[in-house]
Amino acid sequence: MSSRRTAAGGRIDRLRTIRFTFDGRAYAGFQGDTLASALLANGVSLLARSFKYHRPRGVLTSGIDEPNALVTVLRGDIREPNIPATMVEIYDGLVAVSQNRFPSLAYDVSAINQLGGKFISAGFYYKTFMGPVVGPLKGTRFWMLCEKVIRRAAGLGRAGLAPDPARYERMNAFCDVLVVGSGPAGLAAAREAAASGARVILTELDPQFGGSANWSGETIDGEPSKAWASDIVGELRDHDNVRLLKRTTVWGYYDGNTLAAIERVGDHKDAPAKGAPRHRHWTIRAKNVVLATGAFERPLVFPGNDRPGVMMASAAQRYANLYGVLPGEKIAIFTNNDSAYRAAVALNKAGATIAAIVDVRPEISEDCRALARQCGAELLVGHAVVGTAGGKKLTGIKVAQFAIAAGALPSGGHNIETDCLLMSGGWSPTIHLASQAGARPLWNEALQAFLPPEAGQGWIGAGAFNGTFSTADAIAEGFAAGRAALDLPRVEPGTPHVEPAPLDPRPAPVFEIRAKGKAFVDFQHDVTADDVRLAHLEGFVSVEHLKRYTTLGMATDQGKGSNVPGLAIMAEAVGKPIPEVGTTRFRPPYAPVSVGALAAERFGDLKPERLTPMHDWHLENGATMYSAGLWFRPMIYGEAGETIEQAYVREARTTRETAGIVDVSTLGKIAVQGPDAAEFLDRVYSNVFSTLAVGKARYGLMLREDGLVFDDGTTWRLGEHDFLMTTTTANAGKVMQHLEYFLDVVWPELKVHLTSVTDQWAGAAIGGPKAREILASCVTGTRVDNEVLPFMGIVHGEISGAPVMICRLSFSGEMAFEVYSGAGHGTHVWEALVEAGKPCGMVPYGLEALGTMRIEKGHVTGAEIDGRTSARDLHLGWMLSKKKPFIGSAMMDREGIVAPGRLELVGLISLDNRPLAGGSHVVMEAYPENPHGSLGHITAACFSPALGKYIALALVSGGKARHGSRAHVSDPLRGRFGPVEIVSHHFFDPEGKRMHG
Amino acid sequence: MLITCPHCGPRDISEFAYQGEGGRTRPDPASTDLEAWNAYVYQRLNTAGAHDEIWQHAGGCRSHLAVVRDTLTHEIASVRFAREHGAPAHGRRKPGARK
Repeated sequence: MSSRRTAAGGRIDRLRTIRFTFDGRAYAGFQGDTLASALLANGVSLLARSFKYHRPRGVLTSGIDEPNALVTVLRGDIREPNIPATMVEIYDGLVAVSQNRFPSLAYDVSAINQLGGKFISAGFYYKTFMGPVVGPLKGTRFWMLCEKVIRRAAGLGRAGLAPDPARYERMNAFCDVLVVGSGPAGLAAAREAAASGARVILTELDPQFGGSANWSGETIDGEPSKAWASDIVGELRDHDNVRLLKRTTVWGYYDGNTLAAIERVGDHKDAPAKGAPRHRHWTIRAKNVVLATGAFERPLVFPGNDRPGVMMASAAQRYANLYGVLPGEKIAIFTNNDSAYRAAVALNKAGATIAAIVDVRPEISEDCRALARQCGAELLVGHAVVGTAGGKKLTGIKVAQFAIAAGALPSGGHNIETDCLLMSGGWSPTIHLASQAGARPLWNEALQAFLPPEAGQGWIGAGAFNGTFSTADAIAEGFAAGRAALDLPRVEPGTPHVEPAPLDPRPAPVFEIRAKGKAFVDFQHDVTADDVRLAHLEGFVSVEHLKRYTTLGMATDQGKGSNVPGLAIMAEAVGKPIPEVGTTRFRPPYAPVSVGALAAERFGDLKPERLTPMHDWHLENGATMYSAGLWFRPMIYGEAGETIEQAYVREARTTRETAGIVDVSTLGKIAVQGPDAAEFLDRVYSNVFSTLAVGKARYGLMLREDGLVFDDGTTWRLGEHDFLMTTTTANAGKVMQHLEYFLDVVWPELKVHLTSVTDQWAGAAIGGPKAREILASCVTGTRVDNEVLPFMGIVHGEISGAPVMICRLSFSGEMAFEVYSGAGHGTHVWEALVEAGKPCGMVPYGLEALGTMRIEKGHVTGAEIDGRTSARDLHLGWMLSKKKPFIGSAMMDREGIVAPGRLELVGLISLDNRPLAGGSHVVMEAYPENPHGSLGHITAACFSPALGKYIALALVSGGKARHGSRAHVSDPLRGRFGPVEIVSHHFFDPEGKRMHG
Repeated sequence: MLITCPHCGPRDISEFAYQGEGGRTRPDPASTDLEAWNAYVYQRLNTAGAHDEIWQHAGGCRSHLAVVRDTLTHEIASVRFAREHGAPAHGRRKPGARK
């Protein structure tokens, strides 16, 4: 297929050719390729343009740490930007495009930014665009001018605008041991834990289990490591107690050993399997976690280290062994440690020529010399790469003598022709998850790396995560971790025999080669070594500040490779050892997570709908519904051609003239039962309930502990120890919780049981001059006259065969009855009542008419009980018992709550005969251009059919004292200003003659 | 975060409703000592470390739980029924005793 593809080897399926496009050009790869490996096999080295300077970039790594080769994957109109090409598995029809280039990847006009590089160094934005305007080219205003251009020039891929049709789902999982990472250590841990029968979950972010065993080329106890790994995976697959999750990134480690993971179920296919989601989000609760997350190889920082063709040594080894791809034909190696020698041998075996091995160390082991000889490479110890040549593709490197001890800048040097430079700057254990769990990493001088501290929060480390880079030792650690995670007794692990023998894992403490040219630390954010030094010169000493000022490590790769080199350069600048400079704490997510997976099925309208038993009747009878919290309630039952106002005025007027019926099933209802129920109610209500006779109801008021009004409602005494409390619709849940708190925490000795029965009862309130007549015509088993059913009395009877409980109480101010039946009988009873009301012309009425009649009566609801008003503000002071303490009684008389000038409930009448609106302010002066000096505000307004006027309830400073005076309402938003009269809130029938009958 | 409800077992935080700082003493209901009431209603310790708190298992048995939680680590040291443990010493009256 291509000269870059080896003749054999790798885990790709060479019989299955996959066709895809990149930037519109068609390419072919094999099943099992990633986009990166397939493009490398096709000889494509330029994959991206860099963030700030638009420098050409190729593939640097082979995994999730890739900072350079970010692409956008297109599925129809759906754009998925900023995915590392190293993580995209190719499928037939894959369409990928490069990012951050114009007009094309090869000819990007913004590459001119490189020439002006000095001007966009660290802190460019702060220096140029923040602070006061001192000229046309500085300050925040300048930023606003330039923002569009800059945002377009700097940055990553463009997000799509089309709605995402993919399905996402989320799962909860529980296990005894979660093993993160399936390299040799993770596999050993999973096998050991699974053997005991414990519930084990093994996650692997790659498409295949095995980690380094897949590409290291080692043998374990005589068996190729690949086969060793697949044997164990096969064994694990046979266990019922093991769940294997590949393509799954554990991205968050939270308290209580809760871990978050994302499984990429469908991204590697052109379409997800039937019923399968695109991504599946896992919330995993693990008793114990084995972190076997391995390590990342670090880049070396030297001029031109970002040129396409420069790659991590281990990545190249992986491309050769896993995908059968050679990233170059004539390869050079630049290293500060032994591990790159193995990569050199592997690539040589796969068919590449190794031109040179450049090692910064003055002395290297005989083992390494032998490996260099084995692959026929020129060995340049005590040397460093000081520059790279080539445009969009590496053509050569410049090598010079380098002395670590002197720390001298290399000078002179010679050129080596090469098309691929592999670098290795040592290894950083992937401690991100442990760091998220709160562990403070410890600097290990020998390994030149941050290692996890002693295990904590229910996790145990194993393998390279611990800085254990030998496969044999990693397997032994995994074995021990698998047992320790289950508290199994320690067993001396038999260390397996791994060939070839491990090399020395200790790198030389060299992170940067200082020479002329841009040397990149953070490839994705274009942060150079000079930027780090500049930040130090400008006074940044804290590593957290350095990070934010230079944006080092803040790109989508979160500094997986750049963190330690950046820190090392900072430490050198500050003149302190690395551990004293400190490291930043890693935070979730470990790698980008799709928002779709986080939301899963939770999108759109998530509110449940609460419907009363009579809901369907309302709809069938022309009700316009209205959502009140979660409830749906009739607003009006409009007739043809009626406006809302006409409808509610008709409903209210008819109710006051004859009769009306309204659904009150939404009121909160709490059964308060037990020998201490009356005592309990005395404590929670401001008025007394223990004196209430059985078979009677009473209006009650509740305060909060701070003395302000909480809620109101009627409570019915059904028996000596049996009360039915009603609450406002809106506060039903809050009141329940309030009562439960006091009963459970403050007064546990009271023998009271609370049951929410809101949904068990259907309620219909029927009111008006004819209400009693209508009720009498349909109720059996009881009389409903004044004698048997006085005001606030309760009777039991039947309507059309259904048992009902009737309480004579009134919200409308009319002679009225609340008829309660079991919810299942609700519609039946309602229909019987409606039928009985027909001869008198009774109407059903909705919330608007209900509100109108309550405003006419001056009853308070949530608009007035707004959490700021006291009982006295609402003229409910008469309900505050002096005979007993109750919740709020101690605090309700505090200075501020009884101070003069508080907002008090009043009524308003519109004097210009125009509507009033809730939220309008009440002002004294007729000064519409500049309304000021608010006295208060309108809480509720309506047209009153009883008065024939527009009226409102308001909270006004001074309250009662202003009755009879004139003021103005000001509502600038709606352009309303007009005169009103302040009156008593009892607009209609203040003596209550109508309801007492 | 998991809270181990003594009645229902370990449950996810989303099932619980925070009901404020625990260990507060409600003054005698008849007390007019505004200082004491002020302390009870408004003053909070805002502890960094082991913190007494009340949680209701709102999505479960609805019991109130006296929880000791480390506000720095979310580690929960103990969970007990508030009615058995967290009830303040004051603020109680014998059942049935009416003034």
